[in-house]
Amino acid sequence: MSAEADLTTTPLSNLHRDLGARMTPFAGFSMPVRYPAGVIAEHTHTRRAAGLFDVSHMGQIRLTARGGGGVERAAAALERLTPGDIKALRPGRMRYTQFTDERGGILDDLMVTSMGDHLYLVVNAATGAGDVALLEAGLSGDCEIEVLERRALVAVQGPKAVAAVARLIPDAARLTFMQAATWSYEGERLPISRSGYTGEDGFEISVPGHAAEAFARRLLGEDEVEPAGLGARDSLRLEAGLCLHGHDIDETTTPVEAGLAWSIRRRRGEEGGFPGAEAIRRQLAEGPPRRRVGLRPLGRAPVREGAAIRGPSGKRVGAVTSGGFGPTVGGPVAMGYVEASLAAPGTALELELRGRGAPAEVTALPFVPPGRRGGGREAEGGRR
Amino acid sequence: MSDRLYSRDHEWVEVNGDIATVGISDHAQDQLGDVVFVELPETGRAVARNEQACVVESVKAASEVYAPVAGEVVEVNGALVDDPARVNADPHGEGWFVRLRIDEPGQLADLMDEQAYRAYLAELE
Repeated sequence: MSAEADLTTTPLSNLHRDLGARMTPFAGFSMPVRYPAGVIAEHTHTRRAAGLFDVSHMGQIRLTARGGGGVERAAAALERLTPGDIKALRPGRMRYTQFTDERGGILDDLMVTSMGDHLYLVVNAATGAGDVALLEAGLSGDCEIEVLERRALVAVQGPKAVAAVARLIPDAARLTFMQAATWSYEGERLPISRSGYTGEDGFEISVPGHAAEAFARRLLGEDEVEPAGLGARDSLRLEAGLCLHGHDIDETTTPVEAGLAWSIRRRRGEEGGFPGAEAIRRQLAEGPPRRRVGLRPLGRAPVREGAAIRGPSGKRVGAVTSGGFGPTVGGPVAMGYVEASLAAPGTALELELRGRGAPAEVTALPFVPPGRRGGGREAEGGRR
Repeated sequence: MSDRLYSRDHEWVEVNGDIATVGISDHAQDQLGDVVFVELPETGRAVARNEQACVVESVKAASEVYAPVAGEVVEVNGALVDDPARVNADPHGEGWFVRLRIDEPGQLADLMDEQAYRAYLAELE
């Protein structure tokens, strides 16, 4: 209780209280982990209709080139810190990439959107301060770095998200997957992207803090939309095979090992010019020593993060990085890293569970096929 | 039931002769959220007081169910294996976990009655 006083609240904290949310500390924020419906109902409703998620803990950052250099200059500068092809981003398009370190490890993953005259970044809450320091150190000569404080980020996810959002903002339905634009709603300018972290179609909408509660209540008033918490967000992204930084990806994993090589376009792989380019180029050419894989325990017991993965001879070949129950799958699902020779789907492995070995099988990701619409091929947080 | 007893770990016990039925309290199931997996002991196993008897897993995490009293496992609620959600839907009824033949009835004296347990929960709030 006393520790909760130190937590940052989001602009939707009154709404969460009214909805009866169970709050949990997450990355310094007090966040709703679930509402009275419960994680499974929230998860299932998101897959069938639409869930509304408060993701205001995510960092929102605006990058503008100094001296009227235009978005191209900001993009060129950002490429010094990420292996993503940011220069190729056309206005209104977004891309998934990572901040890498000198060894090719992943400091954070992020979404980058070209808003025409500036870049808009969404970074993880837990690493936001580090990301800002990284941007300041690397780009402050070229770019203005503005952290968009006091803005909410509202995700509306699910097959019926488009119907609900379009009733408020009809033009939003024109966006295809991984596109973004800004529209006015009741006098507020709202940057909206068609993207998400659930494997479903949907939107992420940036709303000024003072307008966020009314906006979220309006969306919740639509028949299709129910609130969903971080618990459902986690089970949805796990079924979708999407990485969670600090768990499935971190400084000890490279984008190649994590199966995110698709997010490094050929030009960047060839030219380099980002931290860890040498290590990443070598792994792209020779193959990584280990790979992130989907794991399907054959029993009913969920296997959690940290569990050892053992190969056919009983030798430890890796560890589980995310694991739990997949409500849509109807059973346990997990992800982890294994030696590259054991990464083929169908490979039989054992996961350590309460001192025993639980049989499991390497499974192609995602566990649940994507429900997203539109033309883009890039998945956030990813897979190929 | 008024003769239901509770542990500080939020298990309940209902005694009938020398048989104690054990489950988790409504408060415990509410804290856990959706139960997705239950692991039950073998019948015939002797469990000590406060020894882990079962595992209950929610979407997010695994928790232990401890034996509030020592005894031999004489029956387990196998229906929970196929339908773990019973723990949420009816924690004091169909969501029971195990039945123990009690070794030392005196141990029951250390458990809380309904009223004491409510006061204990109020303290935790």
